[in-house]
Amino acid sequence: MNGIHDMGGMHGMGPIEYDKREPVFHEPWEGRAWALVRAMGRWTRPKNFRYEIESIPATEYLRMSYYERFIFLLTARLKRSNLVTAAELETGRAEPGAPKPTQTPSAPVAGDAANIDVAARPPRFKVGQHVRARNINPVGHTRLPRYVRGKRGTITRDHGAFGFQDTDVNGDPLSRKPQHVYTVRFAAQELWGEDARQRDSVYLDLWDDHLERI
Amino acid sequence: MEKSGKRPLDRREFLKGATVSTAALAPQTANAQEPHDHDHQVVPSDIALRVKALESLLIEKGMVDREALDAIVDTYETKIGPRNGARVVARAWVDAAYKKRLLTNATSAIAELGYGGAQGEHMVVLENGPKVHNLVVCTLCSCYPWPVLGLPPMWYKSAPYRSRAVIDPRGVLREFRLELPEDIEVRVWDSTADLRYLVLPERPPGTEGMTEDELAALVTRDSMVGIAKVTVPQGGSRL
Repeated sequence: MNGIHDMGGMHGMGPIEYDKREPVFHEPWEGRAWALVRAMGRWTRPKNFRYEIESIPATEYLRMSYYERFIFLLTARLKRSNLVTAAELETGRAEPGAPKPTQTPSAPVAGDAANIDVAARPPRFKVGQHVRARNINPVGHTRLPRYVRGKRGTITRDHGAFGFQDTDVNGDPLSRKPQHVYTVRFAAQELWGEDARQRDSVYLDLWDDHLERI
Repeated sequence: MEKSGKRPLDRREFLKGATVSTAALAPQTANAQEPHDHDHQVVPSDIALRVKALESLLIEKGMVDREALDAIVDTYETKIGPRNGARVVARAWVDAAYKKRLLTNATSAIAELGYGGAQGEHMVVLENGPKVHNLVVCTLCSCYPWPVLGLPPMWYKSAPYRSRAVIDPRGVLREFRLELPEDIEVRVWDSTADLRYLVLPERPPGTEGMTEDELAALVTRDSMVGIAKVTVPQGGSRL
């Protein structure tokens, strides 16, 4: 989706704030939030964690901190899965008589190690080949950022087959069959025009389905 | 302290009790049954309180236990961090054969030192030098090589860095007080797939007699993302 998360090349986000002595977690709740998200992964069966993050309305996405987004998402998932209720979240207490949730084993999702190397497609491109990033504007999750769409690049490395992460609008993978991921070099001038440095470049890792022959 | 006049039990006080002993709690609050719908409220008014409530609730429901959460926090605070990456860099500086393995198959070379796992399954190491400077970003989210660098710092996750690193890397580096020579080639690596990137910074001059441990102490997180060079500080090392 062409969301606010797809920030590459944007202006107007302000100066970079740098804290040399930054702790891992700025406040204890950040550590607890992080631990909860990591520990609860087996309870909530995500369709696509990143797509859910991207679906947070743009104004809220920008306002929220990293860990706030995670907690927002975990909470929404738990509610959606009927594992907790709004009242329980408010009080921090289980409702009387609420059944204890039982865990169901998660099915592997696209990108899991288990999915890789299973009936992989042969590579469509080879190292050194010139390619064009497709000009697509899907409403689901995609790993093809806006700033390279339609731009020409060169394959510099073939990393082998990986589960395809792009999804449809429901967050379901567009393809369950692994495909090759390549590092593609885009010249800075191809992306940003003649004012960019001639020798500078940006490298992205893109799947077969993001690329076309030229 | 926040006060809520309409509630019989101050929520903060209640939660303080809840963290002391979750198991001992009996269902007692009347306001627990109040109809609340917070789906519209995207940002909680007090995130710390909500996280605490969520933790207590999930523990009470038997979905997670506190020790497991403590262990996760401890892992990311004390075990996984840029010191791991610094050891990789220092080894590459003193051992040419290791460096070669690192640059050709980073994942297995990093595993030789005992580092690996989530967000480090497919590593690529990029060598900085006098002619090429590499900079790592994730424009779409905040992908970062956890096993060698830990969790990403704020600036890496921030909109200003994510938006500008690809279009104006030299300007971004200038903000970090790194001025690159005109003739150096800048390569920006946008972590859009499952590969995770670690920069192998240049070994600074004047470190020829140093041991591997001493070298590792010089290597900063920032130098392994590409926003800084490794320097020999006056009077001690820094992270």
